[in-house]
Amino acid sequence: MSRIGVFICHCGINIAATVDVERVAEEAGRMPGVAFATHYKYMCSDPGQSLIRQAIAEHGLDGVVVVACSPAMHERTFRQAVAAAGLNPYRCEMANIREQCSWVHQHEREEATAKAVDIVRTMVEKVKRDEELVPLRLPIVRRAMVVGGGIAGMEAALNIADAGYPVVLVEREDRLGGKMARLSSTYLNFEAAPGLLEEKIRQVLEHSNIQVLFNARVTKLEGYVGNFAVTVEMSEGPRTEEVGAVVVATGWDPYPLERLPEYGGGQIPDVVDGLTFEEMLRTGLQRPSDGRVPQEVVFVQCAGSRDPEHGVSYCSKVCCMYVAKQAMMYKERVPGGQAYVFYIDIRSGGKGYDEFVQRAMEEYDVLYLRGKVSKIFRRGDRVVVWGSDTLVGRPLELEADLVVLATAMLPSREALALAQTLHIQADQYGFYSEAHPKLRPVESLTAGVFLAGVGQGPKDIPETVAQAAAAAAKVIQLFAQDAMVQEPTVAYVIEDLCSACGACVAVCPYGAREIHPVRPIATVNPALCQTCGACVVACPNKASRIHNWEPVQVLAMADVVI
Amino acid sequence: MKIPYYPGCTLSTKAKGYDRSGRAVAAALGMELVELPDWQCCGATFPLATDNSMALIAPTRVLYQAEQAGEQVAALCAICYHVLKRTQTALERDPAMRERINWFTEQGYEGRVRVVHLLELLRDYLGWAELARRVVRPLTGLRVAPYYGCLLLRPYDEIGLDNPEAPTILHDLIRAVGAEPVDFPFSIECCGSYLTVKDPTVSETLSREIVASARAAGAQVLVTACPLCQFNLEWPQRETAFGRTGDEIPVLYFTQLMAVALGLPEEDWGIEGMYTDPYPLLRNVVQAVESV
Ligand SMILES: Cc1cc2nc3c(=O)[nH]c(=O)nc-3n(C[C@H](O)[C@H](O)[C@H](O)COP(=O)(O)OP(=O)(O)OC[C@H]3O[C@@H](n4cnc5c(N)ncnc54)[C@H](O)[C@@H]3O)c2cc1C
Ligand code: SF4
Ligand code: SF4
Ligand code: SF4
Repeated sequence: MSRIGVFICHCGINIAATVDVERVAEEAGRMPGVAFATHYKYMCSDPGQSLIRQAIAEHGLDGVVVVACSPAMHERTFRQAVAAAGLNPYRCEMANIREQCSWVHQHEREEATAKAVDIVRTMVEKVKRDEELVPLRLPIVRRAMVVGGGIAGMEAALNIADAGYPVVLVEREDRLGGKMARLSSTYLNFEAAPGLLEEKIRQVLEHSNIQVLFNARVTKLEGYVGNFAVTVEMSEGPRTEEVGAVVVATGWDPYPLERLPEYGGGQIPDVVDGLTFEEMLRTGLQRPSDGRVPQEVVFVQCAGSRDPEHGVSYCSKVCCMYVAKQAMMYKERVPGGQAYVFYIDIRSGGKGYDEFVQRAMEEYDVLYLRGKVSKIFRRGDRVVVWGSDTLVGRPLELEADLVVLATAMLPSREALALAQTLHIQADQYGFYSEAHPKLRPVESLTAGVFLAGVGQGPKDIPETVAQAAAAAAKVIQLFAQDAMVQEPTVAYVIEDLCSACGACVAVCPYGAREIHPVRPIATVNPALCQTCGACVVACPNKASRIHNWEPVQVLAMADVVI
Repeated sequence: MKIPYYPGCTLSTKAKGYDRSGRAVAAALGMELVELPDWQCCGATFPLATDNSMALIAPTRVLYQAEQAGEQVAALCAICYHVLKRTQTALERDPAMRERINWFTEQGYEGRVRVVHLLELLRDYLGWAELARRVVRPLTGLRVAPYYGCLLLRPYDEIGLDNPEAPTILHDLIRAVGAEPVDFPFSIECCGSYLTVKDPTVSETLSREIVASARAAGAQVLVTACPLCQFNLEWPQRETAFGRTGDEIPVLYFTQLMAVALGLPEEDWGIEGMYTDPYPLLRNVVQAVESV
């Protein structure tokens, strides 16, 4: 005879206001196989949990039913609690009388109480027949893939490789560096970007643990955390890489100038974007139309950003800072020239960032004008900018030799397709979604796939490097475990009953089943099985089963309530 | 092809020339504009408050009248087009509002009719290449400034006729009739619209700038699709606080330019009572063409 304990939770008034918990406890106490039944205000609280542990010891319980909320909420909590008292955690189940009873029958106390008793009855029958299971331990492939070889991808790869794990870095272009390769210098100290980058690239290329695949694209991801098989398409044809974790660092693309027709984008040669101006700063500052060195330059911030009507709603985060940098560099090169900056407000949060912008205003006489630009057009060989100065409350017309649009950063144009390939989520713009905005900022919702750099959202180099290091730390943390632990309540096949008909293979939505290559049976990959039960229903021979959801259990559960 | 046509109040009174030339060019191109048998004023303003169902009643009545006549209804007046098109869109997106108005008007507007501008028919139904083929008096050498104004194009999300920041539909039309479109920065700047009634100096100031800018860019004539723009751009050129400058240029409807190019008789040009006389210019062009 089993010795089962039943623990009924009030959930404050969530359950107790509707269900008569005292009566449920009384009824449960009389159920066959139940050795102990009680109720308590909050079972999940520390006193609630210790109440369960004590009862296990005092009454020699061999199974536990916690009658409370959904198992999605607290199954793990209670299984840990009973394990601490020496009971096998898989002999603890939850009977849900909150979501599936008290909340949906708020004005029917009698009926709700009767239903709660029935729910308890079924779970008692299940626990009686629950096997003692042990979590599965799956091997980990200790090799990582990084997709994207910008500063984010290189930084992540170097960190993982330095920890001693091999990395395969997949870059779609024929060179490393991403957008940083187009920058002239970087704020705050005007360090030359090419120098910084060359050093990084050299480290990556020379690292014995890093293999770089150029002109390569990820086209398929199979498997699961710790054991991915990634297909990479290259000019020589596809290849499969076995890795345990993936870091996605595909960066960004500039907002197309053509999408800013009101600013003459794509029509007026002397209207350029920030990246083009970075290149001009490197090559001699000649304006595109006639090669003259511009004497008056107008910078337009938030071009396409923060504009839900025409562009994107978000702030691109780096442009306030790089415009200040570019304006100062311009003034260094052309001391007699004039730089104007139109801005909505200055977003220079960051250590030393606001001081940097102030230097542009005060030491370099860059003229900051608070207002939006409405239109840009040509007049002879000059570019005319219509804007407003909201601090004096007047519309403004400026004639310049060159206009630099600080255009928005868009997610890499392939990001959405890649997100689908990698089974990760992206937001409405195409930036990859993190698993939790505060607490899990570098993980995707797919276990084993991590995020770094602008692909996840606009950010500058220091922030990108920090995020890449964090993603690498997550990979290293994963690789440091000796095995992947997995719930054992998954499907299995009774080989003697299986006729290898394949019905279960066809219905499994997670690709967890296949017919054995040699033997006439179906097999289950427990790492992929999500315990959905489709195969159990599909199997004509009752060969497909799920641990602790055995037919005898389900039938017994049905028997006590019908 | 017969197309139900909503002339609207202005084209029946102050802007008869637009109506006349519009019907004439459409007919010459095989599109007969058939005036709705029974129509009323569209209200001439689209409400800015989202819950202002009152202001939607008049345009919905027009749409109902149009729905009885066919699947689409053409307008020439940019303001009528703006109000009707936005009402069509608004009621498409808010069926509850449509029901509410139907309940009040006791008319069953179903939301099937599509509001189109003649410009749209020319571009999408006829095509610029076909229009160019039908031109008998190409207006070679005539430098025309396309003036779009606001209401024809904005808001794009509800009207969707052309890119409101960089429109080309009038440019394309000007090219199709053999003339040369002149780019000028004010082609989508506001002329002051109804402020001409309340505070004329505002629209005077704005209009002067528009005309001066077109002029400076080398334009000989401005074209528009809106009777209020036409009025605002033209009359300050005659008598205003600024006085005459000698820089006056005529402001025509695009249909009038087409009427000349399609070889229609002068009475179909519909040019009457203008402050700036376009005849010398247009007759010159015609003569130049015919002498070749
Ligand atoms: C004008 C301008 C000036 C700037 N100046 C500064 C500055 O002074 N200081 C600063 O801190 N920040 C600056 N920034 C910001 C800086 O450029 C970014 O923070 C940085 O580029 C982010 O790097 P990333 O690796 O995330 O992205 P990226 O540089 O875009 O790199 C992404 C890489 O992934 C590759 N890739 C993309 N898709 C795929 C795919 N599907 N498969 C394989 N590979 C793929 C790309 O080819 C690229 O190599 C500036 C930005 C701009 C626009
Ligand atoms: S960082 Fe500055 S310039 Fe860039 S979008 Fe944000 S506020 Fe605008
Ligand atoms: S329980 Fe679901 S996921 Fe698991 S093997 Fe069966 S069908 Fe696949
Ligand atoms: S459905 Fe049943 S009998 Fe058929 S292959 Fe799957 S487990 Fe075997």
